[in-house]
Amino acid sequence: MAGGDVIIGLEVHVQLNRLHSKLFCGCSTDYHASDPNTHTCPVCLGLPGTLPVVNRRAVEYAIRVALALNCQIQGETLFYRKNYYYPDLPKAFQITQYDFPLGLGGSILIKGEDGEEKKIRITRVHMEEDPGRLVHAGTIDRAKYSMVDYNRCGMSLLEVVTEPDLRSPKEARSFLDKLRNILEYLDVFDGGLEGAMRIDSNISLVGGERAEVKNISSHKGVEKALAYEITRQRSARRRGVAQVQETRHYDELRAITVSIRTKEEAHDYRYFPEPDLVPMRIADWVPKVEAELPELPDAKRERFVAEYGIADDHARSLTSEIRVANFYEVVAKRAPPRLAAAWIADVLKGELNYRDITIDKFSPDHMVEILSMLEGGKITEKGAVEVIRTILDHSGDPSEVTPARVVEAKGLVRAGDDAVKAAVRAAVEESAQAVADYRAGNEKAINFIVGVVMKKTRGRADPGEANRLVKETLDEI
Amino acid sequence: MIRELQEGLFAGGSAEEMINSLFEKIRRSRLNAYNHIAEDQALERAREFDRAPWEGRLAGVPIAIKSSISTKGIETNCSSRILSGYIPPYDAHVIERLKEEGAIIIGKTNMDEFAMGTSTETSYFGPTKNPWDLDRVPGGSSGGSAAAVAAGEAPASLGSDTGGSIRCPASFCGIVGLKPTYGLVSRYGLVSYANSLEQIGPLTANVEDAALMMEAISGHDPRDSTSVKSEGGYLSGLYGGVEGLTFGVPEEYFGEGVDPLVEEAVWDAISKLEELGASWKMVSLPHTKYALAAYYIIAMSVASSNLARFDGLRYGLRLGADQDWHTTFSEIRAAGFGPEVKRRVLLGTYALSAGYYGRYYLKALKVRTLIKQDFERALSAGGADLLVTPTMPVPAFKIGERIEDPLSLYMADVFTVPINLAGVPAISVPCGFADGLPIGLQIIGRHFDEAAVLRAAEAYEDATPYHEAVPKEVI
Ligand SMILES: [Zn+2]
Repeated sequence: MAGGDVIIGLEVHVQLNRLHSKLFCGCSTDYHASDPNTHTCPVCLGLPGTLPVVNRRAVEYAIRVALALNCQIQGETLFYRKNYYYPDLPKAFQITQYDFPLGLGGSILIKGEDGEEKKIRITRVHMEEDPGRLVHAGTIDRAKYSMVDYNRCGMSLLEVVTEPDLRSPKEARSFLDKLRNILEYLDVFDGGLEGAMRIDSNISLVGGERAEVKNISSHKGVEKALAYEITRQRSARRRGVAQVQETRHYDELRAITVSIRTKEEAHDYRYFPEPDLVPMRIADWVPKVEAELPELPDAKRERFVAEYGIADDHARSLTSEIRVANFYEVVAKRAPPRLAAAWIADVLKGELNYRDITIDKFSPDHMVEILSMLEGGKITEKGAVEVIRTILDHSGDPSEVTPARVVEAKGLVRAGDDAVKAAVRAAVEESAQAVADYRAGNEKAINFIVGVVMKKTRGRADPGEANRLVKETLDEI
Repeated sequence: MIRELQEGLFAGGSAEEMINSLFEKIRRSRLNAYNHIAEDQALERAREFDRAPWEGRLAGVPIAIKSSISTKGIETNCSSRILSGYIPPYDAHVIERLKEEGAIIIGKTNMDEFAMGTSTETSYFGPTKNPWDLDRVPGGSSGGSAAAVAAGEAPASLGSDTGGSIRCPASFCGIVGLKPTYGLVSRYGLVSYANSLEQIGPLTANVEDAALMMEAISGHDPRDSTSVKSEGGYLSGLYGGVEGLTFGVPEEYFGEGVDPLVEEAVWDAISKLEELGASWKMVSLPHTKYALAAYYIIAMSVASSNLARFDGLRYGLRLGADQDWHTTFSEIRAAGFGPEVKRRVLLGTYALSAGYYGRYYLKALKVRTLIKQDFERALSAGGADLLVTPTMPVPAFKIGERIEDPLSLYMADVFTVPINLAGVPAISVPCGFADGLPIGLQIIGRHFDEAAVLRAAEAYEDATPYHEAVPKEVI
């Protein structure tokens, strides 16, 4: 899907869902497990006569993000009305920013298509309110009626707009992963909640008009939709059909995009400054927000390499998610940092990913204990993996499964030297054919004998150690 | 008026009886001043008051409320079909304040639909009549609030003033009406017409009552980002007189288009103020001639956005069978809005459209800045302390006389809209009659200097008999 002819820019809507109240009213943001229309008030329902009041914390969070994305924070910012009719928009306008957004001209680093570090420019970051949510009775084109849920209405959204710097669906995906990672580092965002991030992508081939694919909620969906668009636009071009400027909808089920309107049908939103809100001099807020800015992924990665002496690849993997990075730091303070890095980045993350669960399901204490048993020779590497899997697969009371108990219950204690030596002697005696092959020069025959040793010790011998002992024994005879 | 009424109540009078007799009067009335009487709520509160009278600056006082101000549990329809049946689940800030001061809300008054008008003729519920002459308009848009007070159907009322909507009907009905400085009274709960121009204010029988009402409703409200703290002192400084004050008389507010009888009454008033120890001088507000155009562009543009939410989906008018979303809301809006509202929404939509925004809306905002500077200059230190002008260029006109000619109606606002553009406070007090119809004197002050405006109005009122006149029709 790569190729020099693809141009992609993204508009990402991020819900600042770690805030406690909505952008312009006091309603709670904790609605995800609630019935529809239970988190509303006259203000977010847009009842006649109500007025918006800016949630200052939301503005602080937005500045935090804009700073982390290396934007210039503007001296003064103000809100506009974007006017359009839709049932999920109870005031028939969305309060958003237009001229004078909060931040301009930022950038973030991603791993580009060629594996090198690549800078993606951010055009602007601005604040706006989320509309409500429509629930259709059936599919959007067949529904007899739709229902509106205003719980989401008035949630704080940030819109992050990139320059058209992305060259492939994969780069778009890695931009989104990195953005999510930064937002979670900033503690303003929980990507796990429904509707947390929604993405509009602009995609064109060099020399062609662009299509905007609207409102996709998963990073994987964006990657798929863009891949489909590239194929579609290239094939149209080969057939001599010119791409027109249009808006397309991504049909997740069929994994295709469908045109919903062309440029001629574009809305005139009649933007004008929101008269019920006053301009905010946010330049004055920046020093305080800046002082509270936490360490960001790139800085953390560099520090991990310097402070713990771990490989850059491991550092990148550990810092790609704030929870993993925090987990690592807890463990690394109490176990050999390099060993911890390898086991968390290479083993634990893989096992979590396989089960599609987060690292919260695993205790750092358990990791420290496992690493300590491993280092003391009490269990083998294979045994350590077994312990991790057993703990992750345990469904009952988590306090019932400790590494020590798993080791004992499953008999994972590494076999003692004498037991291994005895098993080696017995294995050599039983494997006459393999011994003969080895003497005839077939080095690989030794693997058969090691296998017998592992069987005799029920896997509790260290395979490397067993290999060495078998070789010694054979060479002695 | 309010003071005497309260003295009567505390001397053993019954609030229930008083309110019942008001309701009786309203039911018999030919004025159509009210859209809705809050009979149950008001009488229940009156009975409570009679059982155990409470304290408060407005304890036991019945007050009528314009239909654009939200009242919890009482229909608030802006005299529009599209909001008929809409009962707000919350009280506007001013209603909370009135209740805290002990007032009793008795009903909702008629108005021009969504406050769009100067005559109360655009109401879906029919025009309100002027108590001085039933063939004439009461002014607008707070026509019901003014007529009710003038005819004794309420001791005091609240209105809202976007471009003269309190002062115009006060002038036409011969009562007192104050538009406060922008930001002094919270707009929370006022159904928006043009947010950056409008304020809620009192319509009363005399200046003292207006000062009392201002003590109750002014002050900061965190729910309105444009509201500020009140300095207060409206009552305590009310009787200080006008001695030593300089009144500015803007030359642009006299001459062509002004009824000679109105002009004469205003000059008489200026002489009276001079008699009372004030001095006066001519001043100029050079951008006055651009005010109407700027005002209507700003008001209509913002209104087109404000009124877009009325789609019948969540509240208000619903017609028969629903079809798809676009058809349903289009039909509801077509049936729910009257012609003047549609005209303003269409013109406003046009003015905000891509390509026209800079030519109209932005330009209007620039004119607004110039007009504001006009007032600041005229009212600067060394200039005038207050300005005096006619409130309206003419007395009340006949019902139906101008409604088919919107432009002539818009022209009637020429002396009131500049005040809203500048955001300064202004009061209209009765200053005479033209062929039996009341004339209003407008006194304009510096930002947040309501105290001076009220003090001058009180001194003038105290020296003149006009506020004591009562319309014959009603007696
Ligand atoms: Zn709310």
